[in-house]
Amino acid sequence: MLLTSYEFIGFLALVIIINYLCPKKARKYFLLAASVLFYATAGLWGLLYIGAITVLVYISSRLIGKNQEAYAVWAKENKAVLPKEQRKAYREKQAGKRLLFLTVAVILCLGVMVIGRIPGLIAPMGLSFYTLQALGYLIDVNRENIKPERNFFKLSLFIGFFPQLVQGPISRYEELAPSLFEGRDFDIKNISLGVWRIMWGFFKKLVIADRLFSGVQTITSDTSKYRGAYILVLMILFSLELYADFSGGIDIVIGTAKALGIDVQENFIRPYFSKSLKEYWRRWHITMCNWFRNYLFYSVSTAKWLQKFSKFCRKRMGEAFGKRLPLYVATFIVWGATGLWHGFTWNYFVWGLSNWFILMLSEELEPVYEKIRGHIPFADKLPYRLFQMGRTFLLVCCMNLFDCYSSVGDTLGMFGSIFTEGNFGILFDGSLAGIGYSLSDAVIIAAGLLIMLCVSLLQRKGSVRERILRLAPPARYALFTCLLVAVLLFGIYGVGYDSTQFIYNRF
Amino acid sequence: MEKKKKIKNRVIFIISVILITAFLLLLQRLLVPKYVDGIVEGAFIEEYYREDKDFNVVFLGDCEVYENFSTVKLWDDYGINSYIRGSAEQYIWQSYYLLEDTLYYEKPDVVVFNIQSLQFSESQNEAYNRMSIEGMRWSPAKVGSILASMKEGEHFIEYVFPILRYHTRWSELTGDDFKYMFRKKPVTFNGYYMRVDVKPAENIPNPRPLGDYSFGDNAWKYLDKIVEKCDREGVELLLIKAPSLYPYWYPEWDEQVVKYAEEHGLRYINFLDHTDEIGIDYSKDTYDAGLHMNLSGAEKCSAYIGRILRDEFGVESRRGEEKLEKAWDAERAAYNAEIERQTEVYGLK
Repeated sequence: MLLTSYEFIGFLALVIIINYLCPKKARKYFLLAASVLFYATAGLWGLLYIGAITVLVYISSRLIGKNQEAYAVWAKENKAVLPKEQRKAYREKQAGKRLLFLTVAVILCLGVMVIGRIPGLIAPMGLSFYTLQALGYLIDVNRENIKPERNFFKLSLFIGFFPQLVQGPISRYEELAPSLFEGRDFDIKNISLGVWRIMWGFFKKLVIADRLFSGVQTITSDTSKYRGAYILVLMILFSLELYADFSGGIDIVIGTAKALGIDVQENFIRPYFSKSLKEYWRRWHITMCNWFRNYLFYSVSTAKWLQKFSKFCRKRMGEAFGKRLPLYVATFIVWGATGLWHGFTWNYFVWGLSNWFILMLSEELEPVYEKIRGHIPFADKLPYRLFQMGRTFLLVCCMNLFDCYSSVGDTLGMFGSIFTEGNFGILFDGSLAGIGYSLSDAVIIAAGLLIMLCVSLLQRKGSVRERILRLAPPARYALFTCLLVAVLLFGIYGVGYDSTQFIYNRF
Repeated sequence: MEKKKKIKNRVIFIISVILITAFLLLLQRLLVPKYVDGIVEGAFIEEYYREDKDFNVVFLGDCEVYENFSTVKLWDDYGINSYIRGSAEQYIWQSYYLLEDTLYYEKPDVVVFNIQSLQFSESQNEAYNRMSIEGMRWSPAKVGSILASMKEGEHFIEYVFPILRYHTRWSELTGDDFKYMFRKKPVTFNGYYMRVDVKPAENIPNPRPLGDYSFGDNAWKYLDKIVEKCDREGVELLLIKAPSLYPYWYPEWDEQVVKYAEEHGLRYINFLDHTDEIGIDYSKDTYDAGLHMNLSGAEKCSAYIGRILRDEFGVESRRGEEKLEKAWDAERAAYNAEIERQTEVYGLK
């Protein structure tokens, strides 16, 4: 069930109504039933995957939890009785046991994810998202950040909460669980905020992203015809499409949850306003980045072998670089894994590593940049900040090209053609009219992007929706009607259109 | 004070909902195709509801009925009060649901069904579904027709709210879309779509041999339903095959219909077997090289079927009924005016 389908809208309306009609305590069970139904519409086969991962994570977390409890009792009883060394040995033994439970569960879950992601097999919807969410929960239990959930159905709801199943965000248990299990009372404000957010998501997805899609498709479908400056255009169009598509989908997810009284974490904070790649990755797909930082980076950087390597580096290469090198090794692993999480192809792997390379290079060149900035009189002024934003955006656009072509060779070849083809004239001679946009398409895309930009600018001073809700009712309703009519008239949907899946659906 | 504010907000909310709904409905009216010029086939089904619905004969079928039989001629020659409920490539299940719809309003003496659509067992084209279904008034029959017709990718809700289907028409709106938002001009004469121009039937393409000549189960199922429905309602059913030369009507298909008609005690007339008797001249009586009859051909076919309806089915002349006479006089005047107009447009004077 696509988030922009009629079926989803009908399903959502029913779920919201029944949810609030249900007794408070029963709401979580109803939401679980709704989530199972939602997932079943994507094929019963997918239920097997999510079911297997949920059972696996439940059993492991319970085993880990029991071990933690048993150890805590043992430690209390033996604190004054046994010597420190003996207690330490026992603690390490128990930690080893828990690590074993965790490792087995992680390997099995990743195994399920890998099987589901084998090219040629039909990947169950949202597999990568809920697998990471489930593993994050398990690692948090093992780290004693949270207590293991005893109620299997509650854990199932956390892993399989239906709006998140399609394309995330990847929530942390302690952030999502309180509102997910609370069964909040009906609040018209939540409904209003939710509906506004859903409509805004529809606008971004159907009006902007899906309209941009045809041009992107035209350029990527013919590598002999569309080269050179066309690739420059493609990079920009695709990056805008990707943002409108992914953030639009997340808006629908967060809006859906909000309407049900559930708080889901934000996944984007105006990423294309970032002044560096480092900042960009703090503002784009935040929950995924947090996951890799909290669970993978932390685990790798505290691993014994890396600690040893760190000591070795500091000894041989000096304190400063010797400290940084192990970090680069850890981030190399994290970015390689991030690339592979997007897909088991060389393209995604190289995409991940290029991010790592640029981030590492930026870190190493920071003193140089600092010096250059010192010589620029307007370094803290708007024009320079705009330059930084433009530079970061272009950098991201270049790397997004890996998502447009199926092989590294094609991607690099197409990127190289920008400099070798010498056809920049097409940007001005009307040739771009041939990439699949009519004049009305171009006007709608331009207007849509402008509206998105204005909303992003307004967002810097706080939630736009909250401000709209504070407007006088007639103004509020008029604005809502405008948004509704824009989606209805200018959205790409219905017969004649093979509405594109959300791009992040496939991960 | 708080209570007053609450009431005020509720009133504003209700008024806003009403206004937004009204605005969206107007927008929908504007965006749906009007079918008054160019492609007019989508307007045919809707026109039936303007009538008094007291017909002796109702034709059901695709273009082979709405272009091949002149209702005005049937009235003039036989006093038969008839209506054609046909639309472009109307599939057999759509004809069945139109029969259900018709029988809700009236009980004609005879239903004439053109069996050309037996060749399709599932919908071929969404646009044809739209043209047949959208004009129907909401009823269980319309719901049945939608459900039986929808192709993959079509959604029921897009029939309920056509704005969802035609939302992209904002870029192709014309003056007609505004002019005919609430009232459309009629484009048929009791369902008959007139063309007076001539394009002789030459170079008819050779029929392509088929791997399997059997009609599909779904098509048979709906023919059975038509027969049962007519039987149950006491309406006589006449099966026909109109005299179109193309698309080719295979003898293997005809044999199946002949056999079916015999088994069910039905009268079946293949007009292709009677072209000489009818007097059809394919160099003069068709406007599109043998696919459909022009006015001249349609009037000949009407004269022929009128005789059968009168002599074999006992359909009585209703001449002398004042209200009907008046209605047909008006219809004939419009008919003659249209002949005049088309004669001029096609340079036939």
